[in-house]
Amino acid sequence: METPLSRRTVLGLALGVPVSMALAACGTAGPGTGGATYWYLNGQPQEGVRTGAVDRFNKANPDSQITPTTFQNDAYKTKIKTAIGAGQAPTVIWGWGGGTLRTYVKAGQVEDLTSWFDQNAAVKDRLFPTAFDAATVDGRIYAMPCEAVQPIVLYYNKKVFAAVGAQPPQSWGDIMALVPKFNAKGIAPFALGGQSRWTNMMWLEFLFDRLGGPEVFQAILAGEKNAWSNPVAIAALTRVQDLVKADGFIKGFSSITADSNADQALLYTGRAAMMLHGAWSYGIQQANGGDFVPSGGLGFMNFPPIEGGKGDPSDTVGNPAQYLSISSKATAEQKTVAKKFFATGVLDDEEVKQWIGTGGVPVLKGTQKLLAADKNAEFLGFTYDIASKAKNFAQSWDQALSPTAAEPLLDNIAKLFQLSISPQQFADNLNAVIGQ
Amino acid sequence: MWLAAPALVFFVGFAVIPVVGVFALSFTTWDGIGEIQFSGLTSWRAVLTDPGLPHAIWVTFLVMVASWAVQTPLSILLGTFLAGPQRYRAMLSVVYFIPLLLSSAAIAIAYKALLDPNFGLGAGLGIAFLSQDWLGRPGLAFGLVIFVVSWQFIPFHSLIYQGGVRQIPRSMYEAAQLDGAGRVRQFFSVTLPQLKHTVITSSTLMVVGSLTFFDLIFVLTEGGPGDATRVLALDMYKRGFQANLMGPASVIAVTLVLVGLVLALLLRRLGGRDAGESQLEGV
Repeated sequence: METPLSRRTVLGLALGVPVSMALAACGTAGPGTGGATYWYLNGQPQEGVRTGAVDRFNKANPDSQITPTTFQNDAYKTKIKTAIGAGQAPTVIWGWGGGTLRTYVKAGQVEDLTSWFDQNAAVKDRLFPTAFDAATVDGRIYAMPCEAVQPIVLYYNKKVFAAVGAQPPQSWGDIMALVPKFNAKGIAPFALGGQSRWTNMMWLEFLFDRLGGPEVFQAILAGEKNAWSNPVAIAALTRVQDLVKADGFIKGFSSITADSNADQALLYTGRAAMMLHGAWSYGIQQANGGDFVPSGGLGFMNFPPIEGGKGDPSDTVGNPAQYLSISSKATAEQKTVAKKFFATGVLDDEEVKQWIGTGGVPVLKGTQKLLAADKNAEFLGFTYDIASKAKNFAQSWDQALSPTAAEPLLDNIAKLFQLSISPQQFADNLNAVIGQ
Repeated sequence: MWLAAPALVFFVGFAVIPVVGVFALSFTTWDGIGEIQFSGLTSWRAVLTDPGLPHAIWVTFLVMVASWAVQTPLSILLGTFLAGPQRYRAMLSVVYFIPLLLSSAAIAIAYKALLDPNFGLGAGLGIAFLSQDWLGRPGLAFGLVIFVVSWQFIPFHSLIYQGGVRQIPRSMYEAAQLDGAGRVRQFFSVTLPQLKHTVITSSTLMVVGSLTFFDLIFVLTEGGPGDATRVLALDMYKRGFQANLMGPASVIAVTLVLVGLVLALLLRRLGGRDAGESQLEGV
């Protein structure tokens, strides 16, 4: 074999990864010259609703045009970050608010919308107030809440409960008592797509809240020293390991991914009795579960209280909304178009109707009548009540924290559920990166 | 001279400049969005004192050794087998080649679906053995990564060995036969020694290539369970693009480049000083 060729091949291979890093930084599609640009996620039915809103806005405003571009979920997360970092952001940035929004704000990449919302109070007042927390950084508003509210819900299979002769749990004690009951019948008590990690996180979010109220995680979010060592936090972590040890979750849950919806299939096929999952799961079970949802097989409730816990049982966690920000690098003309879109295009009557059609509750006040008229009235009414009556609507931890802090959190959660670290080790590992 | 220009442009543009850039970034603090700030050795100190780094290096090393140890014997045997002149072997070599035509991401997604404990192959065919917690137990997940990597790359290395075996002159086998050597003896005394340089080439590709395993592991296990399959390349991606720590990610990138170069040089040394010369005396 010839020498120079081998070395070049070797270099090429060795350098492959750094090269791809550099390539990823070469984003194209800069800020358009004419109208505004808007990037958001693809995937039906949501993509259709988003695109429809843009189309109607463009038709109604021939002078203010928005050019949309769609991306896949995971690809988008990297793409938008690189584009913003390179000063190539779209005018309207679709996002999840919280910790990621904070990094944009710190870098001065998104427009402060506080005074605009003051001038356009009507735009602000028609939305759920709980949706604004994740849009707010240090008291200033940097994003417009949009789309649907998605709390985490405890789903259960009514048919399985009837067959076993069990009642839905009203407390943590009930949950632990149900576990051996279902296991004895060969039914997994809880479905869990543990490989996705954030699925496990939903359990901790509720255990922390029900045991100690929202303050426990708020202290962590605020970067208080050793906040993970709070006795309440340790107690919550211990309880989740108790549930794992009692075989509360389906066997092999660490090999199940939420992306493939296999966890939800376990519930509607009756192989698992219960599942903690986002409100978006209702639509998925309806689409894939055949007769399951229409025949009334799917039950849903808020996470039950824990005996002696301080948290309010009306509290919930999840996605309070999706969020739209305006790039500070956009031209004045583009910003005007974007604000006009926020005021007149976002959540217009047609979009509201379409979100309801997908099984979602728009982040809009006073939609009860529309919700009650839909075929999914029961679930929609339930979601609306949770969202509007929750004493505290916490954002999902991985969204609320900065990306730098979220990654070790998810890592340690996976280890906690595999019982490879103790609650104390979990707390120590995360105390080390608190406030990052 | 000018013939080398296009290659040189690509090499400088896609290899040299990014490496210099990454080296510079390793002395900065940058979240990928805001200002890039020079921060001296902060990133290096952070990475070198992180217990995650020795673990990632250990996993990378294990992947390298295990995938080499599994792939090399199988590839040599398959390559020798496929080098035969028989028609059916030519047919088979086409079939064996198929995994190489698939993208790593597609392979990973397919295996993940097949190995789902509740809805995968094990459940579908009623084979209990296949319904393991494949991605949930560190040992199983690691073994799975090695298996899938081997499944994907053995065809490629078989092809290299097939070419290598075909270059061995028939006269050497005829001489061996005259000396009374059987098929096994011929393999060990003629084929294997003659494949020396092919083994080095293929091993270099395997070892250095294993440093860059990313897509397959990322989609298959995402480095999990926990950090059981988190190789250096994956650690770099997670730090850089998921945790927004470009400085430390660049430190790992620099480390990867250095390790790759050292390994490649070592492997070349292994070939001996006569690496460029023919072994076929008089042919």
